[in-house]
Amino acid sequence: MNFLARLGALVLDLLAEIGRVVLFTWDALTRGSLPPYYLRQILTQMVRIGYNSLPVVGLTAFFTGGALALQIYEGSSRFSAESTVPSIVALGIARELGPVLAGLIVAGRVSAAIAAELGTMRVTEQIDALVTLSTNPMKYLVSPRLIAAVLTLPLLVVVGDTIGIMGGYIVSTQSLDFNSGAYLKTTVDFLEVRDVTSGLIKSAVFGFFIALMGCYHGFNSRGGAQGVGRATTNAVVSASILILATNFIMTSLFFTD
Amino acid sequence: MSENHIELKNIHKSFGPKEVLHGLNLSVKRGHSMVVIGGSGSGKSVMLKCILGLLSPEEGSIHIGGRDVTGMSGANRDEVLSHFGMLFQSAALFDSLPVWQNVAFGLIQGKAMNRKQAKEIALEKLAQVGLGADVAELFPAELSGGMQKRVGLARAIAGDPEIIFFDEPTTGLDPIMADVINDLIVDCVKRLGATTISITHDMASARKIADDIAMIYKGEIIWQGTAEEVDNSGNDHVDQFIHGRAEGPIQMDVLKP
Repeated sequence: MNFLARLGALVLDLLAEIGRVVLFTWDALTRGSLPPYYLRQILTQMVRIGYNSLPVVGLTAFFTGGALALQIYEGSSRFSAESTVPSIVALGIARELGPVLAGLIVAGRVSAAIAAELGTMRVTEQIDALVTLSTNPMKYLVSPRLIAAVLTLPLLVVVGDTIGIMGGYIVSTQSLDFNSGAYLKTTVDFLEVRDVTSGLIKSAVFGFFIALMGCYHGFNSRGGAQGVGRATTNAVVSASILILATNFIMTSLFFTD
Repeated sequence: MSENHIELKNIHKSFGPKEVLHGLNLSVKRGHSMVVIGGSGSGKSVMLKCILGLLSPEEGSIHIGGRDVTGMSGANRDEVLSHFGMLFQSAALFDSLPVWQNVAFGLIQGKAMNRKQAKEIALEKLAQVGLGADVAELFPAELSGGMQKRVGLARAIAGDPEIIFFDEPTTGLDPIMADVINDLIVDCVKRLGATTISITHDMASARKIADDIAMIYKGEIIWQGTAEEVDNSGNDHVDQFIHGRAEGPIQMDVLKP
């Protein structure tokens, strides 16, 4: 009986949390769509979320592409299908690994930073101070971050895809004896537009969750340093889970005709 | 000039099972300086947050300038708040912005004034609180506690508000700096002719800045009178508080060893 009661309480907590997130999202979207728009804030956030994430996303993509090429070469050579390496590297990076890994890396970097910043602003009353200065915190803090993340994540993924495929190309031509021209030609011929666009749509959705979770947990942090720490962890964990779960849903929507 | 500028009637506010305000009544005349005294946890801050709309009371009504603002939101709330200024207990300066942008924040973001003009006003307000132009380019973290309070005061008065709230303006300051802040408050308020509510437990500060004093105890106003009357209030609770005695009708929840 005790076990059931605990289970029930857990489910109720979870549902209440989902309700709060939905209300927060609704508030952010409806308020955010009304003027004034804080352009300066949007640009600052685009630099912080997008531009500053370039090195880490690039490095991740490069090494992933390289490892992918090695693995596929090793696996496909078992049935003499080594020629599939370029196409599978391109497909894997563009459809799945590019957007998902960029999403997870940026979630770790950006969700945490947003949650820590807004959480500190909350516990030091800076968010209340915004209200007393006739500035809606939803509009001034949340919307610019959401907009910036949704706009910059696809751009990051375009760069990441390119570098990832390049990583596969370098490994294949330098250590696996692939012909450089043939590798590139296979890649270009094989990739379809929708392989890339599906990844970009996914990444825009991931960007939304990254900023949303950072803002939500930061905004609702309570109780000083420990509360801010908890908010940061929750933001990264929940953003990562949402990314992986929605990735699965979107893949099944896009690629099962 | 003697109509009630701010009027709270029968305000109830609870957090979970804990009722913080129960049936609070308070009226402040236009242009008067009201000081609300009371111990820690008596509901002072919650009262201010209810007036600002940061919290919404479960019961009761709040009128400002004859207008019912209870439960107001969106553009109407922003309009009401544009007549407010507030000095927070921790100053709550935006640590990502330099001092002058902190002071000019309400003008630039809230009232869409151009930055050059806003900076001039910010410098003028900083001068009013005794801070020079050299401080304007510093960041809040580089200032001492007393200077942060003064910047907070400059920010609160930057928009020439009709109503200013002071949340424990002298807490955490040395007695001399506390008196400097008190003088500045009296000076700024006179200059603007604003209606103010200050909450404090510092009696020296209360005597200096108050026209009227009210005492809050367990979520209710138990005594209200002019600053001169506070010494002959005939109320045991008030007597105990202003003389700072541990013995009396107010019992702190402290376990005796």
